[in-house]
Amino acid sequence: MSTILEVKSATKRFGGLTAVNNISFDVQEREILSVIGPNGAGKSTLFKLIASFLPTSSGEVFFRGERISNRAPHTVARKGVVRTFQETTIFRSMTVRENIIVAHHLRSKASLLGFFLGSRLAVADEAAFAVSADGIIDFLGMGAIRNEMASNLPQGHLRALGMAIGLATQPALLLLDEPFAGMNHDETMHMVSLVRRLRDERGITVLLVEHDMPAVMKISDRIVVLNFGEKIAQGTPAEIQNNPKVIEAYLGAEDAAIGM
Amino acid sequence: MKSTKHLVALGVFLLAVFGVVPAAIAATGRVDLYYTLTAVALLSIASAGVWLTFYIGRINIGQGAYALVGGYISALLITKADLSFWWTLPLSGIFCAGLAVLIGMPILRLRGVYFAMVTLVLTEVSRLAALALPLTNGAKGITSIRMPAELAIFGWTLIPDFNTLENPKLAFYWMAATMMTVSYAVLWRIVNSRLGHLCRSLQQNEELASSIGVNIARLRLLAYAISSFFGGIAGASFVAISQSVYPSSFQTTDSVNFMLNCFLGGLGYVFGPMLGTLLLYFGWDLLFATGKFQLLIYSSLMVALMLLLPNGVLSLLDRKRDRP
Repeated sequence: MSTILEVKSATKRFGGLTAVNNISFDVQEREILSVIGPNGAGKSTLFKLIASFLPTSSGEVFFRGERISNRAPHTVARKGVVRTFQETTIFRSMTVRENIIVAHHLRSKASLLGFFLGSRLAVADEAAFAVSADGIIDFLGMGAIRNEMASNLPQGHLRALGMAIGLATQPALLLLDEPFAGMNHDETMHMVSLVRRLRDERGITVLLVEHDMPAVMKISDRIVVLNFGEKIAQGTPAEIQNNPKVIEAYLGAEDAAIGM
Repeated sequence: MKSTKHLVALGVFLLAVFGVVPAAIAATGRVDLYYTLTAVALLSIASAGVWLTFYIGRINIGQGAYALVGGYISALLITKADLSFWWTLPLSGIFCAGLAVLIGMPILRLRGVYFAMVTLVLTEVSRLAALALPLTNGAKGITSIRMPAELAIFGWTLIPDFNTLENPKLAFYWMAATMMTVSYAVLWRIVNSRLGHLCRSLQQNEELASSIGVNIARLRLLAYAISSFFGGIAGASFVAISQSVYPSSFQTTDSVNFMLNCFLGGLGYVFGPMLGTLLLYFGWDLLFATGKFQLLIYSSLMVALMLLLPNGVLSLLDRKRDRP
């Protein structure tokens, strides 16, 4: 196994508040790694630092040896690090299929001028995108809703669509922001198997940020635990479950949440 | 099936613009309509540009600035550099596109009403600049600009000298109608190619667009530059027709009208701004008979239309289609 992502002393300060403090860890090729922690632990901020949606205050993030922190998000996406969103972030006024097709942008070989003029390369691109989009629709079992307008979809389908958009970019590393949030047990288990298949069938490394403990324990190869912006533990699900620091952080989570 | 429908629509459109309208004017003798329709065609080009900025999710109330700049560039190049109008036409468009890139770089970061407010100021800035600069001859403007000269390639006359024509009004109508047709063909192609899909992705969610690898800053600039190109060539053509340009040739009211044209026709339809310009221009003229109530009736109608048809007049077509 080789290292795909390396977070080195990542730190983010908002004014006087240090949301992420000196966090380092790495993600291996074809690994599923989860970042967990109580509310306000800095998970989402760390997530944004990795996807370059926020600049770091200090520290760096490397993807396959290349620095990706403090750059424009689209350049990071171009290298193969693609994030999904917590909220229902989709292109609302497009159908499911259109959403996925437009998300193939990174894979176009033709230039925008080529697309405007309808060059041979552009026509081939569009055909390839359509085939690939249908493949993703089948993979995620969204065949029945392929021509639905995205704004009409229920929550569960929106989450799947968000993932489909991420997949369309053909990422090497997919960053999932709370993929199980608001799901019931069955939906969660379905999503767990889906994330596994991403790795097993498509070879995608997955880094996810999540609240849902049972799902995280089930899905992860390794887990990184944050509390108050600092990394307090790292290890396999079994190691994390028995780590006294983690237990303390979670038992104290109620008080911490009230205190904020 | 769909493409034949498109071809039929295109055929009907071309026949109406280049056949029926001139024939009807010749039959009725209403030669003054040529000027009106030429104006509508040119204004609709500027509106098409505004529509494209709407398409990336930006409210643009500054197209008048680019029309004015385009007009002055064309006027200056004709009078000072002795260039033919046909050269100044693309050059004024390109100048405006370049200017839009410079102006757009800082202001396209703004969204919603903030972007709209800054663009609203642009028209006023360009008017004041035209008043103050020595090059533009202040309030006196630039007058007695030559008519478009002959355009020839390898001795072949493509377009004759407008001075030699017995009816230059008809020639200007043909020019404006051709420019409008080409502009809308370009716009239609943009919208229906990947470029348009990316613009829509930008309009609907910039964060997600950048996360799928779209260089949103560059795409915004590109769309704004194309939009301003349309503004520039429309302004340059207007100057050619009136053979003069003043700081007041394009004002804030014009910028607002360009935007209203888009709203009226429909932001979701490529040909919305064209229809909007036609309706607004003639609507205003028709209401002239009502005298001092003109503005009151006009604005009430606009408010009513926005309430009843928020997606523009063209959305009526969709309603009909949706009905079983």
